[in-house]
Amino acid sequence: MNMLKNVGLGLFLWGLAVFTLIPFLASYRLTEELVDSEVKEIHREKVKELLAPMYAVPYASTYSFLHAYEGLMDTYNEVLKEEGRWEEVIWEDYGFLLAKAAMQGPSRNQPWLCLLLSLGSCMGGGLLFHLAWKKEKSPGGAFAGIFHSSLTNRGLLGILVGSYLILFYVILYWFPAYFVSLVWMVDPLSRFLSGGPASQWFLYGLVYTLAILVMGIRMFSKYAGNRYQQLRTASVMFFQTAFAFLIPEVLVRLNQPYFDFKNIWPLDYDFFFDYQLSTFLSSGGLGLFMLVWGCLLIVVAVPVFTYFYGKRWYCSWVCGCGGLAETVGDSFRHLSDKSLKAWKWERWTIHGVLALAVFMTTLTLVNYFSGFKVLGDLTNQVHAFYGFAIGSAFAGVVGTGFYPLMGNRVWCRFGCPLAAYLGLVQRFKSRFRITTNGGQCISCGNCSTHCEMGIDVRAYAQQGQNIVRSSCVGCGICATVCPRGVLKLENGPEKDRIHDFPILIGRQTIQLKK
Amino acid sequence: MSSTHFVILGNGISGITFARHLRKGNADAQITVISGESPYFFSRTALMYVYMGQMKWEHLYPYEPQFWVKNRITLKQAWVTTLDVDAKKLGFDTGEELSYDYLILATGSTPAFYDWPGQQLQGVQGLYTKQDLEDMEASTHSPINRAVIVGGGLIGVELAEMLAYRKIPVTFLVRESRFWEQSLLKQEAALVHQHLLAQGIDLRLGTALKEIISDPQGRVGAVRTSQNEEIPCQFVGLATGVKPNIDFLKNSGLNTRQGILVNSYFQTSARNVYAIGDCAEFEQVPADGRKTIEQVWYTGRMHGETLAANFCTSPQPYAPGVWFNSAKFFEIEYQTYGVIAVEVGEDIQEFYWEHPGGKIAFRLQMDAKGKILGVLALGFRLRHEYFDRAIREGWSGLKVISTLHQANFDPEFFAPHHVAIQKSFQSQMDVSFPLPKKSLIHHLFGASS
Repeated sequence: MNMLKNVGLGLFLWGLAVFTLIPFLASYRLTEELVDSEVKEIHREKVKELLAPMYAVPYASTYSFLHAYEGLMDTYNEVLKEEGRWEEVIWEDYGFLLAKAAMQGPSRNQPWLCLLLSLGSCMGGGLLFHLAWKKEKSPGGAFAGIFHSSLTNRGLLGILVGSYLILFYVILYWFPAYFVSLVWMVDPLSRFLSGGPASQWFLYGLVYTLAILVMGIRMFSKYAGNRYQQLRTASVMFFQTAFAFLIPEVLVRLNQPYFDFKNIWPLDYDFFFDYQLSTFLSSGGLGLFMLVWGCLLIVVAVPVFTYFYGKRWYCSWVCGCGGLAETVGDSFRHLSDKSLKAWKWERWTIHGVLALAVFMTTLTLVNYFSGFKVLGDLTNQVHAFYGFAIGSAFAGVVGTGFYPLMGNRVWCRFGCPLAAYLGLVQRFKSRFRITTNGGQCISCGNCSTHCEMGIDVRAYAQQGQNIVRSSCVGCGICATVCPRGVLKLENGPEKDRIHDFPILIGRQTIQLKK
Repeated sequence: MSSTHFVILGNGISGITFARHLRKGNADAQITVISGESPYFFSRTALMYVYMGQMKWEHLYPYEPQFWVKNRITLKQAWVTTLDVDAKKLGFDTGEELSYDYLILATGSTPAFYDWPGQQLQGVQGLYTKQDLEDMEASTHSPINRAVIVGGGLIGVELAEMLAYRKIPVTFLVRESRFWEQSLLKQEAALVHQHLLAQGIDLRLGTALKEIISDPQGRVGAVRTSQNEEIPCQFVGLATGVKPNIDFLKNSGLNTRQGILVNSYFQTSARNVYAIGDCAEFEQVPADGRKTIEQVWYTGRMHGETLAANFCTSPQPYAPGVWFNSAKFFEIEYQTYGVIAVEVGEDIQEFYWEHPGGKIAFRLQMDAKGKILGVLALGFRLRHEYFDRAIREGWSGLKVISTLHQANFDPEFFAPHHVAIQKSFQSQMDVSFPLPKKSLIHHLFGASS
């Protein structure tokens, strides 16, 4: 069995190595025809002229190719900027498109083979490893040993994995041209699904979905016999695969706007941006439906579902960020900060981001309906700032890159504006609570230790108090890990949901207080 | 300083509960909590999880250090060696002294060893204190071939689970003829027995410890059982119960038997000295069917609450409500409410149901007229509030079972064992009542029993 585990681990590491190596196996050769086909018409002639020194020069690495490209473009733009000829500056970055077009290498020649050897191998190896590990695991439940593992206890392995993820996100968001060879690897799949070429976002979406699927299967076996955990895992796997990944691609094939039907503003922060609104309004009946659907999710689905089931209906059953956190991030849940200080921070930051998103959207809509007379270009700058600071740096780099360092719900807890909105409903108008089972709590602290949202569950349970917290995503792990059957996620009458003066069942005299 | 000085000796669940509740009701009192073991209150119940890498030591603190500052509860880490009840003074091993106006003794208990030869050897220990956890870590850190556990109760199972996690083979000696004889009947004991065997535990019933044999280095090398078998081992866990921790009070003049004698107001024989929790022994049982020494987490907490309430409002005698308890045997959870008799007389009616999988069971005991006395559940969860009410109000067993779905405390979508129990009750007791309907969602997605 140990051998099977090692084979699995070997396969996984091999796949990861191939995935990491592929960007280094790219070489580049730019031609005038490629520039012709990739660059917008208004810039075409100029760029063709500017990049002429690169034609027929072989570049052995992505870095040297981009270095040459950026050098030529920057030299040209610098002069214009100095002379104040702003209209002539070429702001567009053609680096990714040109690099992709000019690239040569195995991932372009043998994309399916590369895909099999990298991601395929990672998936197979990961599954094999987990199944073998599960069989030989010593008794002690699903949570024993996590603080004895370098990966899940912020050891060297955890720091390495975190660094790798952070690097991946930094390249994805700000230097995507370095990923063109990986993008070529998934190009045929993209053409098969949407009919169009792959972008870095297609690559990311694919990796993301496969990660949720493989780690979701791991959840089924890790929580064998726990129907609640299995169902919600199946649910996030379904919504990620169908709603976030496949349906938008198929929509593109049908000449419809790319749209994720389960993404809700303000998490989907550009839903009301002018270019989105134009897309909806210019795409016929389906476009209009998307606009109405998106609005209904905000004003009807969020309050109604959250009233009946708590925010868990979204955060740990539907959401893509939640889906990744609950599958890939499952082993890191205990790393969340449980201190009171973290709770204070959390309330400021998450509601701050919500306020920022609402502010940005209001500004955008005012500008849109006033025909861009009021604020002109200002909204674009707000959008750019939000996209950089919140959309990319916070949600991506910190949100996922820091899984092995700060736990799996950093974004959901400190940043997600939709979670803030759902949380307000959950806190003030909902039937959801985690019920404490009378006086049975022994204050062991397993619930608090393993809460991914950093809720000090024990503080409530040991007083016989129900847990009603805006941040609770209803993952149900506290109830799973509790050794005394004290916690149960429930939807019930609002009356007596919150105990201001909790009563611990157990002695007679205390009944007099009631 | 003119405010009244409460000194609490012991920072376990009863002492700390007292301190917290006293502060809630009394803003002026000066409160000092003394413990030699650990500066902060920690969850003794979770020691096993630290050993198993499921928690870290700092997770055992239910309150952040700032909590004690904010609530003006002074924590003092020191060992008390003497008590002078006339001068109202405590003496520490450092020679230092501390005066009190009121003294609350909450010193807990200590593992009870029964003078086995070799019990002082290195590698022989109980599991109670922080030091025990550290000793166990040290004794089992380098690979050992076998551990022996003595005593068929809850700490014994915890020790077995801890050692099994480290892949150390365990032999588990239980003197009685079934596992946890004082609380489990034969079916439940057999169920747990099977589960322990399935975890690879070498469980030996009817086998007592005779002596512990030293190896050449003065560490434990083997044990000899009552059957005269010698079992080589490098670690011995003694889990044969606990006794009140009162040795240091021998010369204090306090009345003691096994524990510190108290009346129903927790008053000891000395003025302004009280005792709560594991170390206290009631002169008379606090309620029918209860014991004079109550040594579980829950009673410690209730003692602390009651005494604090008595200092803050008009004093009332301690009156425990319906008994309850819980535990976990590897993966099988145990809950009980009310009184379950392990010797079933003719005046008790019984109902027992067991899941075919052999890991889930339910027992209901009723008096001759069919009134509920107690329930015991293995492998699934029951709602405390439901049974507390049912037992206090003296519901009939029929009423309890016919509305059992309200008592279900398992997570959503879990198999509805209450339905199987209700059906079984109908056929065993020859009664009928309508069964609850499954919701559509449960039909589609729920687990089946």
